[in-house]
Amino acid sequence: MDALLQFLFSGLTVGAVYALVALGFTIIYNASDVVNFAQGEFVMLGGMITVFAFEAGLPLPLAALLAILVTSAIGVALNKLAIEPARGAPVVSLIIITIGASIVIRGATQLVFDKQLHRFPSFSGDDPIHVLGATILPQSLWVIGGALAVFVGLWIFFTRTLTGKAVLATANNRVAAQLVGINTGWVMTLSFGLSAAIGAFAGVLVTPITLVGYDVGVALALKGFAAAMLGGMGNPKGALLGGLLLGCFEALTAGYLSSQYKEAVAFIVILGVLFVMPQGLFGSKSTERV
Amino acid sequence: MLTVEGLRSRYGRIEVLHGLDLEVSSGEIVTVVGANGAGKTTLLKCLSGTQPVSDGTIVFRGESFASVPAHKRLKRGLAQSPEGRQIFTNLTVEENLRLGAFLFTDERVDRDMADAFAMFPILKEKRNLAAGGLSGGQQQMLAIARALMGRPHCLLLDEPSMGLAPLLVAQIFDVVKSLKERDVTVLLVEQNAYGALKIADRGYVMETGRITMTGAAPDLIADPRIREAYLGL
Repeated sequence: MDALLQFLFSGLTVGAVYALVALGFTIIYNASDVVNFAQGEFVMLGGMITVFAFEAGLPLPLAALLAILVTSAIGVALNKLAIEPARGAPVVSLIIITIGASIVIRGATQLVFDKQLHRFPSFSGDDPIHVLGATILPQSLWVIGGALAVFVGLWIFFTRTLTGKAVLATANNRVAAQLVGINTGWVMTLSFGLSAAIGAFAGVLVTPITLVGYDVGVALALKGFAAAMLGGMGNPKGALLGGLLLGCFEALTAGYLSSQYKEAVAFIVILGVLFVMPQGLFGSKSTERV
Repeated sequence: MLTVEGLRSRYGRIEVLHGLDLEVSSGEIVTVVGANGAGKTTLLKCLSGTQPVSDGTIVFRGESFASVPAHKRLKRGLAQSPEGRQIFTNLTVEENLRLGAFLFTDERVDRDMADAFAMFPILKEKRNLAAGGLSGGQQQMLAIARALMGRPHCLLLDEPSMGLAPLLVAQIFDVVKSLKERDVTVLLVEQNAYGALKIADRGYVMETGRITMTGAAPDLIADPRIREAYLGL
C-alpha cells in the first residue's frame, strides 16, 4: 500500500510535466491543427535559460521570468520565420517543419550554453513531506500545482473568453474567421507565444527534480504527445488527465514490472489509442453535415 | 456605397474576372446572376479580400480597398456570408453568432443576438448545439445571421439558396428582402436568377468573367434573352 502510494506520487509528478507539455500542444493544435514537436524544446529552454540566468547572478524568480519571456519570444519567432512563410502548406509539412525547428533549437542550445546537465535549487527546500507512509518532495507539489493552474487558465481561456473562441474559430475555418474580423495571423502569433511560455514554465518547475540538459526536450515532446493523444488532442481537460494517467502508468510499470519497460509505456499508449479510440478520452468526434 | 472598376482576378495563370464594373448604391438590393463558373463567387471573394485582385479598383464608402486586408473589411462595414456557409462547425450556434460580433463588446451584442433569434427562431432552439450538426437550411440561416452580427452597412450574400428546399429558399429570400428595413445594403449573387431578380432593385448578368447586361430587376425579368437563358421561360 505504501509502495503504491509512493509510485502514484512520483507518477503524478512526472505526469504533471507531461500534462504541461500536452497543454502546450493543445493551444497550437487548436489554432492551426498543427502538432508542434518543438514543444519539448520550449520546456528545455525554460530550464536552461533559468539555470544560466541564475548562475549569472539573477534571483531565481527573475531568472525564471526571463526564461519564460525569452522562450515565448522564440516561439513567436518560430511562427514568424518558419510556420507563417509556409502558410497554405499541408498540415503534415508544417509538423515536419516543427520537427526541424526542434533540431535547430537543440543544436543552438548546445552552442550557446553547453552539453552538461544542470539544476537549480528547489523553490521550497528538499525536505520530503510524509503522507500516509509515503513521501513527496515539495517541488513535486509545485509541479502538480503548476499543471493544475495552467489547466484552469486555459480552460477559462477557451470556454469563457472571446479571444479563446477566436483561436478555436481560426482553426475551424480560417477564411470565415477573417470574415468576422479575426486577425488570423495574430491568433497564430498568440498561440505560439502562449504555448512556448507554458512549455518554459514547465521547464522551470521541473528542473530541480529531473535536471535539464540540451537534449531533454525530445523525450518530453514524445511523452507529451502520447498524453495529448490519450486525452484527446485539442482538449485541455484531456491534456491534463492524459498527462497524469501516462505518468502514473509509467511509475506503476517501473515499480511493479521493471524500470526498463518504463519508456515503452508512452509508445504502448499511442498505439493503443490509435487502435481503440483515435479521438482519445475527451476528443470530440467530428460530425458534419454537408 | 460600393464601386468596382475594371476588376480582374486570376487563379494561377487562369484569369477568371476580365475587367468588371459594378456599382451598388446605399439601400439597394443588387443581384448578380449567372451560370455556374461565371465568376460570381470570385467577385465576392475579391470584395471581401479573400481572393487577390490582379487589377482594377474596389472603393467602399469612399475608401479604396486595395490595401485593406480581409479581416479589417468588416470593421469598414462590409460583411460576407460566403459560399458553402463556412460556419464554425465545431462551435455552438450561439458561439458562431457571438463570433460574428467579434469586433464588439458592448451591450448591443445581446440585442443583436436576440434579433437574430427572432429572425430565425430555429437557431434559438438549437443555440447550444454544435453548428456542424445543423441542416443545410439552418446552416444558411446561421451564416446570414452571423454576418449580420457584424453590423454591416453592406452584406455580400453568396448563393444563399444553394441546395435548399423551395420553401426554405422562399424564407431566406424574404429575410434578404427585409434587410432593406434594417438599412443594410445587399449584393446578392445567385444562380436562382428568378428568385433573386424578384427581390432585387437592380441586376447584373455575368457570363465567363464579364458583365454582359445590367438594368432594373423588373426589366431584366421581362427581357426575352434573360427569360430564355436564365429563367427557363
